[in-house]
Amino acid sequence: MPSRAQTLAEAARLRAAFEAAGAVPVETPVLQPADLLLDLYGEDIRARAYVTSDALRGEQMLRPDFTVPVVQMHMAEGAEPARYTYSGEVFRRQEHDEDRANEYVQVGYEVFDRADPAASDAEVFALFSGLLSPLGLRAATGDIGLLMAAVAGLNTTDRRKTALMRHIWRPRRFRALLDRFSGRTPPPATRTALLNGDSPDLDAPEIGLRSRAEVAERIEVLREDAAAAPISNTEMTALDALLEVRETAPFAIQQLSDIAVDLPAIRTAVERLEARVEALDARGVDVENLDFEASYGRTQMEYYDGFVFGFYAEGRPDLPPIASGGRYDALTQRLGQGARIPAVGGVMRPGLMLELQEGTA
Amino acid sequence: MTIKLGVPSKGRLMEKTFAWFAARGITLTRTGSEREYAAEVEGIDDLTLVLLSAGEIPRDLAAGRLHLGVTGTDLVQEKLPRWEQQVQQLAPLGFGQADLILAVPKFWADVDTLDDLDAAASAFRARHGFRLRIATKYHRLVREFLRDAGVADYALVDSQGATEGSVKNETAEAVADITSTGETLRANHLKLLSDGLILRSQATLWQSRVAEKSGADNHTLKQLLKRLDLV
Repeated sequence: MPSRAQTLAEAARLRAAFEAAGAVPVETPVLQPADLLLDLYGEDIRARAYVTSDALRGEQMLRPDFTVPVVQMHMAEGAEPARYTYSGEVFRRQEHDEDRANEYVQVGYEVFDRADPAASDAEVFALFSGLLSPLGLRAATGDIGLLMAAVAGLNTTDRRKTALMRHIWRPRRFRALLDRFSGRTPPPATRTALLNGDSPDLDAPEIGLRSRAEVAERIEVLREDAAAAPISNTEMTALDALLEVRETAPFAIQQLSDIAVDLPAIRTAVERLEARVEALDARGVDVENLDFEASYGRTQMEYYDGFVFGFYAEGRPDLPPIASGGRYDALTQRLGQGARIPAVGGVMRPGLMLELQEGTA
Repeated sequence: MTIKLGVPSKGRLMEKTFAWFAARGITLTRTGSEREYAAEVEGIDDLTLVLLSAGEIPRDLAAGRLHLGVTGTDLVQEKLPRWEQQVQQLAPLGFGQADLILAVPKFWADVDTLDDLDAAASAFRARHGFRLRIATKYHRLVREFLRDAGVADYALVDSQGATEGSVKNETAEAVADITSTGETLRANHLKLLSDGLILRSQATLWQSRVAEKSGADNHTLKQLLKRLDLV
């Protein structure tokens, strides 16, 4: 295992490379207000981040990542366009696997630039790919924007689209909703009884903050939903095909263009992918052999809403990704109090990089 | 040296544990005054009885301060991450049955499944500006259950007792708690979600995987397990 001093030296080397690429070094506090992170990630973040507190400031979390505080800082005071780099510890609770580090050094690079998103995507990926090239890693790429565009373009009610969009990052619940909305799963018997007006619960006493009016409102919503036409077979088949795309980039584009015949709403997103692949090619990335997976990044990367990528050590399935990143335009809007800017970035783990070098040396 | 057996210090759990051992020829008794937690073992040598709170038994097993302990599956799984590696289940004792369940107000006619709970939580957050609160003392178990089910927009609030009352008191909108008959739920105008069973629990005899044992201790343990019909 590399020593802490070796890891910090490697982190400094990577940060210097990012500075040479035009990034301004920034620092963020280790203690982050818990409210904001809970607001963004929900209760799940408690399983991943260390929570502490004091009587004055309430709950705080040990920084589980840099992206959120860096975006906040940029939205509050940053000039445009901007490139930032940082390095330091992040802290992750581990409840299932003792071998995973609960404290490790990350080095990151983030780009806030409106001019040409495809070029910014390519800039970040090519920079990472170059710095990581001695390690012989496998790169995985994806694009959450395709699935979001497909959902937005479905020929169904806005309410269903909002529900699906809310669960883009929870594949199981997303699938359950889709099966319900398309009629593949029939509604539970209790639902049918409720809509027929014979639920034994309706007359029970009203307790708590959620009022009887809210219950009635949701029953009305369920009634409307029951009356709405199911999502068509054509759209469902196309969505399934979209989620299964797993090819090298040029073939993926071909398949996606075919799928766009039945899901015309993804056309713009496919064009964005094409532009990105061209930009990657222009930066010298071997796009002919670049893996693209439409479902990639749906389980771990919940603020990413466009391009996503990760670098993996193929002989070491026990290791988490050595580097990962993606585009998070929507996050800048949530943290920007109305303002927004296209943003893309990623992080590397110098400790793991050294461990791999030792292994091959 | 001696083998240490931890047993809940109070109430029905203690009495039923004593009865379970007595049926197998080992007499456990509390001695001294009503308030003194002293105890005695007859029927086997070198076994020491330790009376303590059921909630502390998992931790003491994991720390190796107890060799054996009687406590609920719920407490072991909530308090010990990767519990299988720290304790071994020797025998379910057939009492103290209780289910960890998720319950909502009965008049929520629109909420019967986790699916419904998730949708209601989303609407609740939009209306009230904060996440739907679930009162519990089983934070880890409930959070993992809801994450696996893909439920979002909820917050866990801590409740160490009288949890079923928290909806009426408006400190939570739903509860996750232990129930054996459902009587308390009904009395508090709550109902179970149809797919809201998080864990089935009962009083169980556990062995620590980490407690140190001398050669004599191993002998004692073997004798004990034979008497209990567990080998």
